[in-house]
Amino acid sequence: MEPLMAFVVGGLFAASIYMMLRRSLVKLVIGLILLSNAANLLIFTVSGMQRGLPPLIAPGDTLPAGGWADPLPQALVLTAIVIGFGVLAFAVVLIHRAYVVVKEDDLEKMRSTDT
Amino acid sequence: MLLAVLSGFILCTLAPWLTRSFGDRAGWLLSLLPAALFIYFLTWIPTIAQGEAVIIHYPWIPGLDINMSFLVDGLSLLFALLISGIGTFIIIYAGGYLHGHKDLPRFYAIMFAFMASMLGLVLSDNIIALFVFWELTSVTSYLLIGFLHEDKDNRWFALQGLLVTVVGGLALLAGLLMLAVAAGGEYTLSGILAAEDIHAYPFYTGMVLAILLGTFTKSAQVPFHFWLPNAMAAPTPVSAFLHSATMVKAGVFLMARLNPSVGGTDLWFYALGIFGALTMLTGSVMALRSTGLKAILAYTTVMALGTLTMLIGIGTEQAIIAAMTFLLAHALYKAALFMLAGALDHETGTKDVTKMGGLRQVMPITFLAACLAALSLAGLPPLFGFIGKELMFEATLGAGGALAAFTSLLALLSAIMIVAMAAVFALRPFTGRRKETPKTPHEAPLSMLIGPVTLATLGLVFGLFGFLPAAALVGPAVAAVYGDPITVELYLWHGINAPLMMSIAAVIAGLVLFAKWDTVLAGFKRLTFIDRFGMERGYEHAMDGLVAVAEWQTRLLQNGSMGNYLTTIVLTIVGLAGWTLLVHTDTPIPLGLFDVNLYEAVVAGLVVVGAVFASVTTSRLGAVATLGIIGFSIALIYVLFSAPDLGTTQIMVETLTVILLVLVLFRLPGFIDYSAPATRIKDAVVAVALGGLMTLLILAVNDVPVAEPISDQLVHWSEPEGHGRNIVNVILVDFRALDTLGEIFVIGLAAIGVYAMIRFRAEDKAQ
Repeated sequence: MEPLMAFVVGGLFAASIYMMLRRSLVKLVIGLILLSNAANLLIFTVSGMQRGLPPLIAPGDTLPAGGWADPLPQALVLTAIVIGFGVLAFAVVLIHRAYVVVKEDDLEKMRSTDT
Repeated sequence: MLLAVLSGFILCTLAPWLTRSFGDRAGWLLSLLPAALFIYFLTWIPTIAQGEAVIIHYPWIPGLDINMSFLVDGLSLLFALLISGIGTFIIIYAGGYLHGHKDLPRFYAIMFAFMASMLGLVLSDNIIALFVFWELTSVTSYLLIGFLHEDKDNRWFALQGLLVTVVGGLALLAGLLMLAVAAGGEYTLSGILAAEDIHAYPFYTGMVLAILLGTFTKSAQVPFHFWLPNAMAAPTPVSAFLHSATMVKAGVFLMARLNPSVGGTDLWFYALGIFGALTMLTGSVMALRSTGLKAILAYTTVMALGTLTMLIGIGTEQAIIAAMTFLLAHALYKAALFMLAGALDHETGTKDVTKMGGLRQVMPITFLAACLAALSLAGLPPLFGFIGKELMFEATLGAGGALAAFTSLLALLSAIMIVAMAAVFALRPFTGRRKETPKTPHEAPLSMLIGPVTLATLGLVFGLFGFLPAAALVGPAVAAVYGDPITVELYLWHGINAPLMMSIAAVIAGLVLFAKWDTVLAGFKRLTFIDRFGMERGYEHAMDGLVAVAEWQTRLLQNGSMGNYLTTIVLTIVGLAGWTLLVHTDTPIPLGLFDVNLYEAVVAGLVVVGAVFASVTTSRLGAVATLGIIGFSIALIYVLFSAPDLGTTQIMVETLTVILLVLVLFRLPGFIDYSAPATRIKDAVVAVALGGLMTLLILAVNDVPVAEPISDQLVHWSEPEGHGRNIVNVILVDFRALDTLGEIFVIGLAAIGVYAMIRFRAEDKAQ
């Protein structure tokens, strides 16, 4: 499965960078979401994908029966998903706010604040 | 010894408080520390005079083999005595000179930091520690030169001094590290001095040039001499200290220190000999055309530094004796002269020597001290300066090779001019007709006279009783610089010989020059090309160039276009990581797509198709809906591959994201494509390059056998220790609880930010 996922992740990265390179603010938001998903999948993929071995322990046991998928990357990705959402929410509201203030959606025209 | 070096830094923190508490007496009180240090260093003389070199170790960063070790031998002791001895008088003097200045506490603080750095520099045995102290002197002297920072010129000159010395400092660091390698990984001076085959080091030339760049900038050798006279922007006590015993002598110190092991080659001989002699002449000529008291002294300092460099380069026995004698003599008279110049400036309100006259009656003690010190500067018997000058002539005559004639001629020329300038300094302000000065002059206070009078008198005592400094100070220092013990005997009378003839000639010609000085000065005024083509213009051009390059690269890289930033970052990643991947992967990357179920392939395909569709669609709603599809497909992938927690989290987050996007996105304008088709193609290439790189990276990583996961222990602890059966949850709230706490914090911050931005909008509307 990992080789297939390599192409999926690559496609997500390409799409996210392409969208972030657009000059429209709205497309920048879409790019950010795709980038966050791509990064999460990347970590998940390279940690080794296994079918049907969730790191859960049945009542009465002390270890998952029949092996387990590595739980640590999952914990990291879980954290990343939630943080990614926090960043996204902030970015979306920030971009909206920027649009309200400067009345401009074209990133190339928002440069005067920078120089 | 550690305490001796570091006590300055300790007192530096206390000095402001002490200055405020003790007011006028603070200068006297604070001078107790350098005085105590001076006495402490005096106690070393009996040991060192026997030709011993003592090394004292304190571990500093033991892991990196960096020790705080100190090397006490003739050379470092001579410098330590000069620094602490002259420092004592400078501190007292500053109390009078800067009397009532609002920033006096700050002055003392920096002064002590500087003094401690200087002591550290001359006493360090470890070259890394030496370099740290070296740079500390640059930084603290920057603060001292720019002490009167409200003046724009002062800030400019301070920065100039700092930049010139720090650029040299960088070169020095490289040179010192090469030196350590050349000495077989030996990072102590004592080790380097004991190393045998430094001349055989393949990069010897580069090493010497790097070290010399550092020492030449620090010691203001041609062509870097311009910063030193500009450093006169500092208050006079600083100039007196920096130019007599310390800062500018640091370069000379290091050349002298390294002379036994690095020196002795043609490169060393000619580089130091020629540049030193040129600096000597430049300093003398520039002194001759100056009228400011401090400027005259600054240029004679340049002359002295050139002389010392030249003598070290010549490197014969006489030359080293001459260098150390000259160094001591110069420190004594130059500190005295600077303090006297400051006293004159303080009392008359002008620095211009042509505007003073007839001060002999009002300032008799100043006059007397000035005469003594100037006689020493001019090199007249029976002052110590005379011995130094005689020895210098003797050394240049015996330099060997073509250098003998060259250096002797330049030495004679500069001696003539220095005699004239010494006469200008000692006679012009005090004799002749009284001139009106901005302030009504009267004798300087005791605090401003004790230093120059003592030092000038010492010059006389050392001259009359040459055996005193010969045995205690100069002899051990010469032994350290020469590398072999030498018996040094200093006499005023050397018999009728060539050096004496040169001295007499210099004095006569110098006095003639003094008599005609006003004519000479007028002549120099017409030669304005010196200002136009001097090295200082070079420095200014370099600074302008630096700013221009900075501006150019900022415009190129930091042009405010988000797209440019992103493209630059992506291409850099693709270039570096791709190149590494290409170079370090031997076997072709295996594919092996076969281990895939149909439903898995469908889900994966949905993600890819969704990503492509979201990129090209012109409908906002379509894009948001596709994002939802992508998100839920990813959730399915998590669930299918043993990560149920990720799946549920992803579904919740994805739902929230879609709601958020629908709420906010539709307040923004629709999907507009601003860019031209060509730009879109370029962007697509960049994007696909990164996507392709990520794919290749995953495939390459997948090929590498995975080591035993570090989480095994966590899995085993989960139920018995963590009392939880969902291992991922146990990790999050138990084993990595602090991480999760931080995550909660981030989410909280984001929520506050979102809330704040929405509220502000409400307030805008209310207005």
